[in-house]
Amino acid sequence: MAITEKAAPPGPAPHDERPGGADTTEHAERTDHADHAERTGRADRPAGPVGAARSEQEGWHLNSPLVLTLLLLLVVVFQGPVRGALAKPVMQSWMTVFVAVVVQALPFLVLGVLLSAAIAVFVPPSFFARALPSRPALAVPVAGLAGVVLPGCECASVPVAGALVRRGVTPAAAIAFLLSAPAINPIVLTATAVAFPRDPEMVLARFGGSLLVACAMGWLWQRLGRTDWLRTPAHAHHEGETRMEAFWSSVRHDTMHAGGFLVLGAMAAATLKAVAPAEWLRTAAANPVVAILALSVLAVLLSICSEADAFVAASLTQFSLTAKLAFLIVGPMIDLKLFAMQAGTFGRGFALRFAPATFAAAIAGAVLTGAVLL
Amino acid sequence: MFLVGAALLHAGLTDLYLRYVKAGLQPLILAAGAVLIVAALATAWYEWRARTRTRTTSGDDHTHDHDQTHDHDQTHDHDQTHDHAHPEPRISWLLVLPLLALILVAPPALGSYSAVRAGTALQQPYGYMKLPKSDPIPINLVDYAGRAVYDHGRSFGGRSVRITGFVALDKSGAPYLVRMALNCCAADAQPVKVALTGKIPPVLQPDAWLQVTGTYTARVTHDPVNNGPIPYLNVTQAKPIPVPSDPYDESWNN
Repeated sequence: MAITEKAAPPGPAPHDERPGGADTTEHAERTDHADHAERTGRADRPAGPVGAARSEQEGWHLNSPLVLTLLLLLVVVFQGPVRGALAKPVMQSWMTVFVAVVVQALPFLVLGVLLSAAIAVFVPPSFFARALPSRPALAVPVAGLAGVVLPGCECASVPVAGALVRRGVTPAAAIAFLLSAPAINPIVLTATAVAFPRDPEMVLARFGGSLLVACAMGWLWQRLGRTDWLRTPAHAHHEGETRMEAFWSSVRHDTMHAGGFLVLGAMAAATLKAVAPAEWLRTAAANPVVAILALSVLAVLLSICSEADAFVAASLTQFSLTAKLAFLIVGPMIDLKLFAMQAGTFGRGFALRFAPATFAAAIAGAVLTGAVLL
Repeated sequence: MFLVGAALLHAGLTDLYLRYVKAGLQPLILAAGAVLIVAALATAWYEWRARTRTRTTSGDDHTHDHDQTHDHDQTHDHDQTHDHAHPEPRISWLLVLPLLALILVAPPALGSYSAVRAGTALQQPYGYMKLPKSDPIPINLVDYAGRAVYDHGRSFGGRSVRITGFVALDKSGAPYLVRMALNCCAADAQPVKVALTGKIPPVLQPDAWLQVTGTYTARVTHDPVNNGPIPYLNVTQAKPIPVPSDPYDESWNN
């Protein structure tokens, strides 16, 4: 957070000048500028933190704001040279989708971070011990159903689940919550009903299927999971702090941390949205089995917010309802953005094992629910 | 983090955010921006206070921090070893990227490139609102497409319509007027296309916004990408207009 207080004075100065300048220049020029910013950013980043860490070991404290300031200055100074190199519509649409995913997800991320900080600081662990059944096998479905109360998309549920684990909730129950919350809350179900006006059973199928998969994953974790796979980042300092101080430091840490992974996921999703061809979908739709697999993979790659994915699914008119259901169940549980955020919150070892298992379980759940209900 | 909050506020207070997300998210974006700024200020204040405190007492909590370095995961050792001095993890440097993109560049809303690559997302409307009595009828592009395909243009009663959208040319060079329909953010934006026929302007620049007046024709084609229906509009007049403040169609959000 030293970043903020120290970099703020030099930061806004270049910013305030740039948009004014960019407005007067023409469209193509702005793009070059964009790409340039992109490049400089990428070139500088590896150097930045490493340099920061090294000088920190020497005991110099002002480095991370300094690096940020240098970075901003470099971007402003070197905007010219790559003009025209990347003024392609691919880059433009990449940038737009990238920024859109981040802007759209940040409010939900902040909501989740606030909630998780509140859980971590103000709710005593004994509360969860009383609220959840003591037997983990029973706690799983209860936690899964509790997902109904978290209104928002999947970005909010990752930090909240992280806080639950730190607060002593059985990981199995926290996992059930993590998976069910983005898919079965009222906002998402309403959106699904609106997107499928002629197939109301779709809402029921989504609710049932998601809950089923969430519980299955919870129980699976309980049977096979090992605690050393799960590494929740230790919040180092809690003694000698006031509650407000702990609250804000938790908010800050989670935002910076999960936010960074969110950016990583957004970059991947934007790349696929801008580059992947849409034509192969048409050929995939012909075969029912391939169709389900194709839409599941698509859900992972697109990383659409769970509040909006129903509309996208509805527009994939050439696919069967079961394939669309797979899209709706897989999407909120595992996608590129979520994978990056889970890797950040629970550790890479966890995410690497958890993601494929969830993917398989979600597809199985979708097929099962689809066979029964649709 | 202060910068991210400020950037969010900036985007939320101007119409910039409309290029990326739906209008309904504005209060959330503003709230998130405010929270981030408050969090930044709070941390700054606590850090300042902690520093003045450690100057008077001798800070021994660094030993405590070093106990936490039980793994040497690249992304984490930084924030865990130096938790008190500089708590931001290395991964959070990525947050600088969208910041630069948003403030310095402000990428434009999705245009013809994305529109041509995706199939038309026209869906059958649940019902039709009453149209104004004027001639030409000012009507939403998505609304026109819905009425033309599923209502066979009955509600127009032979009057002409006026629609707004941007130009996109497909591989064969056929012109379409397109509006991207949005549900949440630009990542889920999908095009709704209307093909143009009749008095088309001789030079069509992709991504140029046009206000087109024309009459309904029964002709319907199918999108080569997803086989969705694309109605035609018989153009009588077209004039260029500036990009509207909300470039997306949000009629599905209600």
